[in-house]
Amino acid sequence: MAFYVAQFLTGLASAASLFLVASGLSIIFGVTRIVNFAHGAFYMLGAYAAFTLTERFSGALGFWGGIVAAALIIAAVGVLVEMVLLRRIYHSPELFQLLATFGLTLMVEDVVVLIWGPDDLLGRRAPGFKGAVDFFGQSIPSYDLFLIVLGPVVLGVLWLLFQRTRWGILVRAATQDRDMVAALGVNQKWLFTSVFALGVFLAALGGALQIPRDAVNHAMDLRVIVEVFVVVVIGGLGSIIGAFVAAVLVSELNAFGILIFPKISIILVFLVMAVVLIVRPWGLFGRPEAPARRTPGLTVNPWRPLTTNERLVALAALAVAAALPLVAGNYVLTVGSEIAVFVIFAVSLHFLMSVGGLASFGHAAYFGLGAYGVAFLAKLAGLPTIVSLLLGPMLGLLGAAVFGFFAVQLSGVYFAMLTLAFAQIVWSIAFQWVSVTGGDNGILGVWPDKWAATPSHFYWLSLGVAALVVVILRVIVFSPFGFGLRATRDSPLRSEAIGINVKRIQWTAFVIAGTVAGLAGALFAYLKGSVFPDNMGISLSVDALVMVLLGGVETVSGPVIGAIVYKALNIWLVSQTDLSKLVLGAFVVLIVVAFPKGIVGTLEAIMQRGRKSASSASPLLTSRIETAE
Amino acid sequence: MSMVPTLLSVEGLTKSYGGVHAVRGVSFDLRAGEILALIGPNGAGKSTCFDMLNGQNIPDSGGIRVLGEETTGRKPRVIWRMGVGRTFQITATFPTMTVRENVQVALVSYGRQLFNLWSSTARYAREEAGRLLDLVGMGAYAGRPCGELAYGDLKRLELAIALANQPRLLLMDEPTAGMAPRERIELMRLTARIAREQAIGVLFTEHDMDVVFEHADRILVLNRGTLIAEGSPEEVRGNAQVRAIYLGEGLVYDARHRDGAHA
Repeated sequence: MAFYVAQFLTGLASAASLFLVASGLSIIFGVTRIVNFAHGAFYMLGAYAAFTLTERFSGALGFWGGIVAAALIIAAVGVLVEMVLLRRIYHSPELFQLLATFGLTLMVEDVVVLIWGPDDLLGRRAPGFKGAVDFFGQSIPSYDLFLIVLGPVVLGVLWLLFQRTRWGILVRAATQDRDMVAALGVNQKWLFTSVFALGVFLAALGGALQIPRDAVNHAMDLRVIVEVFVVVVIGGLGSIIGAFVAAVLVSELNAFGILIFPKISIILVFLVMAVVLIVRPWGLFGRPEAPARRTPGLTVNPWRPLTTNERLVALAALAVAAALPLVAGNYVLTVGSEIAVFVIFAVSLHFLMSVGGLASFGHAAYFGLGAYGVAFLAKLAGLPTIVSLLLGPMLGLLGAAVFGFFAVQLSGVYFAMLTLAFAQIVWSIAFQWVSVTGGDNGILGVWPDKWAATPSHFYWLSLGVAALVVVILRVIVFSPFGFGLRATRDSPLRSEAIGINVKRIQWTAFVIAGTVAGLAGALFAYLKGSVFPDNMGISLSVDALVMVLLGGVETVSGPVIGAIVYKALNIWLVSQTDLSKLVLGAFVVLIVVAFPKGIVGTLEAIMQRGRKSASSASPLLTSRIETAE
Repeated sequence: MSMVPTLLSVEGLTKSYGGVHAVRGVSFDLRAGEILALIGPNGAGKSTCFDMLNGQNIPDSGGIRVLGEETTGRKPRVIWRMGVGRTFQITATFPTMTVRENVQVALVSYGRQLFNLWSSTARYAREEAGRLLDLVGMGAYAGRPCGELAYGDLKRLELAIALANQPRLLLMDEPTAGMAPRERIELMRLTARIAREQAIGVLFTEHDMDVVFEHADRILVLNRGTLIAEGSPEEVRGNAQVRAIYLGEGLVYDARHRDGAHA
């Protein structure tokens, strides 16, 4: 019994830090409507800064002063980020905000390694809380007891801040209706900045307070952000009390999950989240979200199939690509195969997020499932390559059918978070179920049959499949189904009113996208000769998002161009610099801020401007603007 | 009394939120080719009533029948398949498609081709879409991006979309809200003409009394969730209770119409 109480107390202590970070994220979301992916990065920066400061200054004052000073310094960094970056994207679509803050996270990961080195750092114990308290034979670290008290204290302070101060009332008002608050003459800019500063302060404090408990390392950002997403989704985005309750719930699930299901402790949390989202899609304490913003300032050009000339150009490009083995060596051909695989992956995500308006943040799950599908079939069942390639993606189809069914019940930010969570479930199964998947060691020796084994043959195979997939998905985009899918994206209300079963259309699109992603993963497994849990990791999901974004989210051909440019750049960068994440992150931020239409979108805009000036401006745009009453 | 079939019959429709009776025991009929207006001051229960008719809200009690078939509690898309078209107070169209494609999607759905992954939508029911657009006077705009249209044209487009399933009944929620006065009259004349030609029943809510008294064959007046008056425009205009409710709000119409008659 005493053991369980001790376990419960450990859970509560972990909840404190999680609550600090999650409440920060929630406060920021409530006012600015930005889901700050970089929150984990601020948490990590807080931990690193606190490590340096507490090493530098001795004594109790040095320690506690160092913790608070670290949080304040990182909050100042947060203010800088808000003023330089976020102010430019407050009116962008959610997807762009998530991506910009993710780019920031990538940059911070490299900066941290640059400053503090790649090794884990062990911090000082907290002065005054070095010992342990004996509880019926179980020893409980006194620092844990300190954290258990701290959580509710911070909750109380935040409550007072929001109920009793003028600033707090403004924040609450802005959370309910920020346009109204702006109309009342409140300086929005500084309100947003101060809210962001408070949120970042809480995240950095959460990180700083972890140093007596855990080693500081450069991977702690992603781990915490996934947990925090789970917490705010369960508790309800924008609710502080929700963040507190959910932080406790998640920490206790972790603490006891390890005892009951040591193999699937992570899954338990995600299952609870999935159930909450389906029963109460806006979380336990949250309120239903307003419909997502349309992408303002982006093109409203209706899509059209390629003209005959454009088809000839595409065909010529394909012919040139097919001739590559005549001139290129093995390395270039392997790179070429990889690019072809990622073209397939990118067009599959594009189908879901651009055509269907469903931005998945966990699309790598289906890529990885396809890869593992092939590994099982080829390695364990010994099936021939062509059969494995056809059947392997069925695992992706199956995963997409199950997870997609739940995911399409939601939309917007919640859809993004749920897909991310599902991808993490799949990842942890691959990681933890060692007897089947080989765990971290993966499955090795997945090689294609002889006919596809040489680099040139495999290149032709990948290129052929990629071309076929692109053509098929384009046909679907312009088919009645594709129009129905775009209808559900443009206006769910109107779609339902013309007899379209919105959820069923979206689910079908999810399954198609998952199957095609599985096909990309299947080819990838053969290309690399192995599969690993990272084939379904977050960073792969984000790669796909960036490829679509780079090509142009609102174009039909964008993902093909985006995948080629991004993958080539990525492979080249990794070979050139150790700071690839820094460059890549900066690149992502740059696209979002300066280049939101992507490569193809920008080209289309330039060409259209040329056409417009040639044939005198359209009467529709020049006159006929009437005011609504 | 008449051989014209009853399209819509509503029986004792009731809905309350907490202790508030939003709609209480509302009953009425609508016949083919008839234009029926549902009016009442803000908060009278018009929207609640409307949402129950088109399936977005489920009544606590009472029944709704379209062409004799029960629709109470059915989903909007099912009600649409039973021959009910609708337009929204704030237009809901597909801004990233052309005007013609907007109508084509509705035709695709009507033709049950939504899960056709292979053929070309551009060629699907192109003539039919053109005919519907001509009908609402939007034929010349067929190739335009819908996102560029002026608001009045969007309303016409919405009407064309609503007509795609050859509806027997049209539900129009404040069809002329947000339009310039001349456009209002044009749109309602168009609607009335189509309704008479195709024997479609039209039920609409409206705040503009000019529009209501000019175009409605019959008027239902809601107040605090109950029907307080029902009848021809003349009967409703003469109703003392209606006058009391609208005093200071909508009585202007009366004087103006009399002036018009003299001039």
